[in-house]
Amino acid sequence: MHEAAVHPHAPPQGFLRTHVFSVDHKVIGKQYLDLALVAVCTGMVLSWLMRLHLAWPTAAIPGLDKLSPNGAAGGVITPEYYLSLMTMHGTIMVFFVLTTAPFAGFGNYFLPLQVGAEDMAFPRINMTSFWVTLVAFLVLISSFFVADGPALSGWTAYAPLSAVGKDAGPGQGLGQTLWAISIAIFCVAQLLGALNFIATTLDLRTKGMSLARMPFSTWAWFITAVIGLIAFAVLMPACILLILDRVAGTSFFIPSGLVISDRLQPHSGGSPLLWQHLFWFFGHPEVYIAILPGFGIISHILPVFARKPLLGPRAMIGCLIAIAFLSYTVWGHHMFLSGMNPFSATLFSVPTLIITIPATIVTLLWIGTIYGAKLRFTTPALFCLGFVSVFVSGGISGFFLAQPSIDTYLHGTYFVVGHFHFVMGVAAMFGIFAGTYFWFPKMFGRMMNETLGKWHFWLTFIGVYCVFMPMHYLGLAGNVRRYSAFTDDYLKPLIPLHRFITIAALFTGAAQLIFLFNLIRSRFRGPKAPDNPWEATTLEWATTSPPPFDNFGGKPPVVQRGPNEYGVAGAGGADYLMQAAPEPAPAR
Amino acid sequence: MTTVASPPRSPPPHLPPSAHRPTATGGPEPKPAETGVWVAIATISMSFAALTSAMVVRASGAPDWQHFRLPPILYVNTLVLIASSLTLASARRRITPASALDGLPRLYVTLGLGLLFVTGQVLAWRQLATQGLFLATSPSSAFFYVFTALHGLHVLGGLAGLLYVLRRLRRVGPVPMTALGAATLYWHFMDVLWLYLLVILIIRV
Repeated sequence: MHEAAVHPHAPPQGFLRTHVFSVDHKVIGKQYLDLALVAVCTGMVLSWLMRLHLAWPTAAIPGLDKLSPNGAAGGVITPEYYLSLMTMHGTIMVFFVLTTAPFAGFGNYFLPLQVGAEDMAFPRINMTSFWVTLVAFLVLISSFFVADGPALSGWTAYAPLSAVGKDAGPGQGLGQTLWAISIAIFCVAQLLGALNFIATTLDLRTKGMSLARMPFSTWAWFITAVIGLIAFAVLMPACILLILDRVAGTSFFIPSGLVISDRLQPHSGGSPLLWQHLFWFFGHPEVYIAILPGFGIISHILPVFARKPLLGPRAMIGCLIAIAFLSYTVWGHHMFLSGMNPFSATLFSVPTLIITIPATIVTLLWIGTIYGAKLRFTTPALFCLGFVSVFVSGGISGFFLAQPSIDTYLHGTYFVVGHFHFVMGVAAMFGIFAGTYFWFPKMFGRMMNETLGKWHFWLTFIGVYCVFMPMHYLGLAGNVRRYSAFTDDYLKPLIPLHRFITIAALFTGAAQLIFLFNLIRSRFRGPKAPDNPWEATTLEWATTSPPPFDNFGGKPPVVQRGPNEYGVAGAGGADYLMQAAPEPAPAR
Repeated sequence: MTTVASPPRSPPPHLPPSAHRPTATGGPEPKPAETGVWVAIATISMSFAALTSAMVVRASGAPDWQHFRLPPILYVNTLVLIASSLTLASARRRITPASALDGLPRLYVTLGLGLLFVTGQVLAWRQLATQGLFLATSPSSAFFYVFTALHGLHVLGGLAGLLYVLRRLRRVGPVPMTALGAATLYWHFMDVLWLYLLVILIIRV
């Protein structure tokens, strides 16, 4: 293990070792990103099916009855199958896209490069971590093909419904068991990944790369790894207890005297709230696992295109650490409606409001960075600005939801759906897009098409506002979430708005085809990328595009300064200084 | 298991394995394997902390919580595990970068004691089963089985680590001091974790 960590392992031989079972962090990073791409397409199709059903509840969707003869007989989605689609959409997106792409994907590829290492600390554990993630994904997807379909208790899998088995609904049999197994496996992969990130950051930094000189994205991945290390360590035992309740007859989460589907459940004394506490102790930090890499990516990219140093670099890192710490004190705000003591609700409300302070400072630092800058409006820069926009839009509704009295009304409505899709879903996706357009030249040695990129940005940006902004109004109007159709009188007038959202969602989804096309075409046909196309300072741009097998051709860079040297007098009239560049000669 | 077949290591043994690599810190050479074990210790501690809090929540005011006497063999197992830590510490003191052979017998004893501990834990389960206490009998027995099983799995992981170190010690080449240090650290942690689990099991069960 250790030997592999410090020796440049020999270049691999053969296709399998080079591209499939590779221990190279760059290949593994790309594998994570490819997995996330498959997952995000799956998750998006699921959301389309849900949206179509919400807008036209009686419409038949051709071919769906082939996938699920029971859940969608004749192509019309049953309420139970709607919940299955919702559960799978949430689970796939949160775990296999928002955790996998920005953290495991980009982090794997760029963290070792940015600290000047030849690979991760434990390359074989790194490879294991990817393959275990893939197994988790396949186990989850397999639940589409079992007799009763996938789980339907939401991505939060609230007990006791998730614990009692088939009586709780069609997908609550084997489907829910597969869900719990998949997530438990996923936890193992993430823990192995986090271990690698932390050890690499602490031990493999090149000469001169002090902690204060680390790029912001490296900081964000490191902090995310620490959060993940604690969060997934709690979710895993929770999943084990859930599996035991389901298959071994224990009663951790199932209370006494529970009657479901006219059957008295043979359990006693368990606590459904215990599941919620364990889950949300993981679940809230998970939000930051999804978004903090985005924070890092934006802080990394914005100065490059603003040609100005990031404002308050130390404050930025301090805020990231503060957010990480506070993220462990707020989980109860997901449980205001669970019947918890109102005093506890206040206790969780206060840190929830406090956590908005570092988040606001971070946002202001980004805005301060671009203030007065001659911004280069490239596609990655646009996605950075888009990130700030959707993060603010989604974050502001968080102020409302943090207060138990307001949350009591809004928690079960589309207001929350709009809130979290903006602040952790779309914002994190924009971070992923910014990272993709920014780092693609380094990863594949070719540039992406800028025109297509800008079309992609504007259509997506307008699209997501059309999808998620109206959800806030729906929520204020009392539109409940998790319902498969709105047949109640007071909800009927809202159906036209739902149709608008559905059309906007299909339109936004279709716009992603531009991205997909650009991604595939540029991989083979894009113009050759120079080593440092964006004139950035960090170490990943100090090597070739794409980097050689050992990252720096056997000559680890020696770092001279921090990553934030923009708008300075560099060599040859450049306005930036690379981290490993020697001190420029004083101007005469 | 002969050492003849293994090829000699590429770097000459008198050089530290990573002499070519400049590092960020001016201090001692960083040891990723040991950092990794410390990180693993943090995450395993967190898992067991979560399970402990789950047990405290589940036990409070639960009418179905059934107190039972822990199988006495657990105390013997505890002594076995502590002894294995002592033999490992002693083995580690004898293994130097120059020579590994002195410590090998103690390492084998450690391995044997580790296996004995796992066997003892399985016997403890069988004793409980003969008393009619199974996983689903009562939340107290459920937590007992969950705690001991998860700890046992981690101990098996530690045994695998020790086996890996043993295999490398028997090969020609530099003595894997860092790997040995990491495996030792992990093994001592298994010991401490078990003592903690034993105490909370005595208190709650």
